Amino acid sequence: MVAGMSAREKLGLAAIAVSLIALPFVLAMAGTAWVRITNFAVLFVLLSLGLNIVVGFAGLLDLGYVAFFAVGAYVYALLASPHFGLHLPFWVILPIGAAVAGIAGAVLGAPTLRLRGDYLAIVTLGFGEIVRIFMNNLSNPINVTNGPKGINLIDPFRLGDFSFSANSGALSGPIKYYYFLLIVLLAVIVINRRLQDSRIGRAWVAIREDEIAAKAAGINTRNIKLLAFAMGASFGGIAGGMFAAIQGFVSPESFILNESIMILAMVVLGGMGNIWGVIAGAVLLSFMPELLRYTVEPAQKALFGKMLVDPEVLRMLIFGLALVLTMRFRPAGLWPETRHKRELDADRK
Amino acid sequence: MDILLQQIINGLTTGSVYAVVALGYTMVYGVIQLINFAHGEVVMIGAMVAFAVITSLAGSALPPLAIVLAGVLAAIPACMAIGYSLERVAYRPLRHAPRLAPLITAIGMSIILQHLALLIWGRNPLAFPQIIDNPSFTIGGAAISGVQISIILLSMVMMGGLSWFVYRTRFGIAIRATAENVHVAALMGINANRVIAATFVIGAGLGAVAGVMFGTYYGIAHYTMGFTLGLKAFSAAVLGGIGNLPGAMVGGLLLGLVEALGTGYIGEFTDLCRWPGAGSGAGWMGERCADGGHFVLFGSNYQDVFAFLMLILVLVFRPSGLLGERVSERA
Repeated sequence: MVAGMSAREKLGLAAIAVSLIALPFVLAMAGTAWVRITNFAVLFVLLSLGLNIVVGFAGLLDLGYVAFFAVGAYVYALLASPHFGLHLPFWVILPIGAAVAGIAGAVLGAPTLRLRGDYLAIVTLGFGEIVRIFMNNLSNPINVTNGPKGINLIDPFRLGDFSFSANSGALSGPIKYYYFLLIVLLAVIVINRRLQDSRIGRAWVAIREDEIAAKAAGINTRNIKLLAFAMGASFGGIAGGMFAAIQGFVSPESFILNESIMILAMVVLGGMGNIWGVIAGAVLLSFMPELLRYTVEPAQKALFGKMLVDPEVLRMLIFGLALVLTMRFRPAGLWPETRHKRELDADRK
Repeated sequence: MDILLQQIINGLTTGSVYAVVALGYTMVYGVIQLINFAHGEVVMIGAMVAFAVITSLAGSALPPLAIVLAGVLAAIPACMAIGYSLERVAYRPLRHAPRLAPLITAIGMSIILQHLALLIWGRNPLAFPQIIDNPSFTIGGAAISGVQISIILLSMVMMGGLSWFVYRTRFGIAIRATAENVHVAALMGINANRVIAATFVIGAGLGAVAGVMFGTYYGIAHYTMGFTLGLKAFSAAVLGGIGNLPGAMVGGLLLGLVEALGTGYIGEFTDLCRWPGAGSGAGWMGERCADGGHFVLFGSNYQDVFAFLMLILVLVFRPSGLLGERVSERA
């Protein structure tokens, strides 16, 4: 990647790298809370990149993506908490979580392969709800998920004596997680880039553009679609495992449909299929509620003397509006993939 | 009390509501092949508006039935207006866009409607004021309430009325012609935009009444009620064959029945102590089952799973639904 770049591009890359490394220390000056918010933003970037494989690359609209996030989180929670008395190390659990989520993705994908776009969306939505209902109720007669109360006291990441949750000198817990997430994110971006330009990636795009033509060109559409579901799901599973460890607590409430829609909004708003657009969309939408919290509340208090509109409600209203307006005026997202953009334009009459 | 008959009555009641809501989905889909994802929220708004009107009139001297009627009559135009604006704002500009685009605007609109309802009516559910007494009748060992009878009758009237409208009137012919082929219908002098807008408005009007019925049956209306109800009604429409009016009615009733019977009997069927040989053995299972104990794997709290499972099964084995004709792939 670096070899073919001009000196200017190398300099730009170095500047981005340095600022990403320095970022948590700058944020920590404003408060550790901001580092935590950034960590969750990175988690959402990971989730959007996973969903982007399914929706952006392969063109399969998945409205139940949060189910895979939930599967990853619960696998981690069950294998590293006092709930079952198991305390496996994270480098064992994360691959297990990714595999279980990937299998769940294939299980969902298999019966839905023949469905058209909007039917597929509804079935995946129903699947997401089923997973949540099971997590809410699998506490009886055998207590597997501990029901709506969720699972508490989940182990943080630990490497030998090095614990990610404790402070060690200038490195606070969230900052350590930040670097860990950054490394995972880098790996995921590289995997995504390589996938996009690979045989598989081109097969996904071919299916998205015209499934029958792709089939005629000799692509095994069934396997390639299943692969998209499984790979997207396994990214969600890894993100879920890290979410459980960072948060220390999981409950079905974290995995409602709104989360699926939020992740989809990140992908769509940024620009389906374009990795950098998706990352930008995820960062934008993750920080928006926090920015609204710091601007809307004081603004309302100053103007009306009290809170009129709950920032959370306002955030959702803005989300809804953003979805509608983006589809109307920039149907390919704010930073569309070049090829995708052309296709969408050609589609309009 | 006869449990089977009781569950059938309960299933027919919720099933009629599903059927009426499903008609809204199926009409729009039949005409422009679009899932009006925000239809569930329209139904919710109908219930909220009616409840707000009924609550504010509850103290007045008007007769109770007139108050309920006023609530319904307020909800219908409100929902029709929302249905019309949905079509104009969110769907009409995207009619030639790729398929994903209108689905995403629909999700956006349903988020907006839901949170507007949250802003107006708050987080707490609105309760139905106790203004009419709800008599209960006994048939063959099962109880049926006045509200249940009214819901079933009213739904039948609405379904009959819609069928008459679609199959017996001039405008109904225009709707069916547009569903068959928009372009040819337009050549025959049919104003396709008017027909499409009309399907949204009619669906929303039916949805408003369905919302009030659903809210009255359960006694509460809440800003989140539209989501599950809409999803189940959509499942009902798909079950019967989407785009097909009788299909939506059959699908709704069937879904209601399956859900009621499933919820009523799943506990019994998944009670391991009742399975032959399981409960009588030694070990912890035997201990647990001794003296009429139970070991229920899945209880009635899995109620919402049935609709989704049924939806998935139908789409997998009969993608065009029970009464739907096989349509060719329209990617």
